[in-house]
Amino acid sequence: MTPTPGRWLRGPAGVAAAVALSEILAATGAIPRDFLPPASAVLARAARLPAEPGFLGDLATTVTAWAAGLALAVLIGVTLGLLLGGVPAVGAALRPVLEFLRPIPSVALIPLVSLILGAGLTTEVTLIVYAAVWPVLFNTIYGLSEVDPVPRDTLRVFGFGRAEVMWRVSLPAAAPFIATGVRLAAAIGLILAVGTEILAGFGDGLGVFIAQAQQAVAGTLDVLAGTVWAGTLGLLVNAVLVVFSRRAFGWHGR
Amino acid sequence: MRIAVRWAVPLLVAGLWELAARRTQDVFFPPPSAIVKRMYELWFSGPFVLTPDAVDNLLPSLGRMAAGLAVATLAGVGLGLALGRSARLMDYLDPLLQFARAIPPPTLVPVFIVLMHLGSAMQIVSIAVSAVWPILLNTADGARTVDPVQIATARVFRIGPADRLRRIILPSSLPKIFAGLRLSLSLALILMVFSELLPGAADGIGFQLTDAQSRSDLPTVWSAIVLLGVLGYLLNTLLLVVERRALRRHRTGGL
Repeated sequence: MTPTPGRWLRGPAGVAAAVALSEILAATGAIPRDFLPPASAVLARAARLPAEPGFLGDLATTVTAWAAGLALAVLIGVTLGLLLGGVPAVGAALRPVLEFLRPIPSVALIPLVSLILGAGLTTEVTLIVYAAVWPVLFNTIYGLSEVDPVPRDTLRVFGFGRAEVMWRVSLPAAAPFIATGVRLAAAIGLILAVGTEILAGFGDGLGVFIAQAQQAVAGTLDVLAGTVWAGTLGLLVNAVLVVFSRRAFGWHGR
Repeated sequence: MRIAVRWAVPLLVAGLWELAARRTQDVFFPPPSAIVKRMYELWFSGPFVLTPDAVDNLLPSLGRMAAGLAVATLAGVGLGLALGRSARLMDYLDPLLQFARAIPPPTLVPVFIVLMHLGSAMQIVSIAVSAVWPILLNTADGARTVDPVQIATARVFRIGPADRLRRIILPSSLPKIFAGLRLSLSLALILMVFSELLPGAADGIGFQLTDAQSRSDLPTVWSAIVLLGVLGYLLNTLLLVVERRALRRHRTGGL
């Protein structure tokens, strides 16, 4: 295909067109400003939010809970995955239990965990871990099932122990699959972080900020500005993970 | 034999839980027998299996989810096909789509509450807007990667654009579309529950769940969770059956 000159400009042009459209709709009164503020107002408000007292703290709370939850989920998911995928008997025994647990929509656990642990960071992290562990776990198991058996068996023949072979062959070979699982887990973890905060409605967190703005008179602008931050957070997280897995597994051709 | 193995460990776990729960009498962890009994009383002991409570809560939940997912599928496949076949359109819209997809869906629910007031319409919109992205992006990917030789061949035989879409592009995008649908289904279920958990919701499984939470009625909280797990399992299985049928028909009927 021949490269089209100026092709990279199309993305920004699309964004500019969308902003302009929302501006026209607001200026002509087709959509009243206090019902749905135009994009320029929302973006300006979003840019000013970090200067508001407490907002950066809210953001930090959400990011902390999310990062802690994701780290724990990766630790648990990979360990369990190695156990289930690496030791067939354990896998066969525990797999059905997991198949029963996995379909439960994670947000359904918010009321239960809130009752047991109370509102707060522990509840939020617990829920993030529960939701985020599944993609990591199942991608680890899947990754292990795709490992080339020849190097694995070769090392076994040379007398390396099961754990050693796992560490030297299976885990590195499964790593790209695990990375995909971590990206899915990061997205679902953010869903649970913000979701738990919105339902809690008080305390700190980006979700709390949005939930409280929703209650406020003329809070639409803040709700939308908070949503812009949530989207930015999601984009950043995804970008970081994509760059990381490209760096780490560039050799894993696609 | 395989069925026995499949059920043995879960039953063992449930049995141990039952014993432990009876011994400790912990209010937070009722025994499974109490949960099953509550599920039966609440939803399945009615004159025609379903109780009025079930009709008032389960059916609205499922209805909203089906409606939201249907809207998401139609919009996602339609837009996805357009984006997949037009690199130019994709170039223009890509940043907007990436951003929209990156927003964690529960964040959008307060936005829709502010714009539409809490209710079924708003809940359906929340489900649809959250579930549309995986279908849309997967469909676009599937439509973009259709074998160009097939398209060129169809052109040579003067097969019009509508027929090309229906007979070549859509069928070869199907596996990707279903992969997207699976993600969308679990998102739709999450949003169905989430949109009912918010204060002000009038009915639904999520409403019963948060209502039971406010009364510290643990057996009902657990019942709702188990019910949602069963629903999730059944819906996933249903989707797999549909997928297998659709893909098989495509493979045998397409050529």
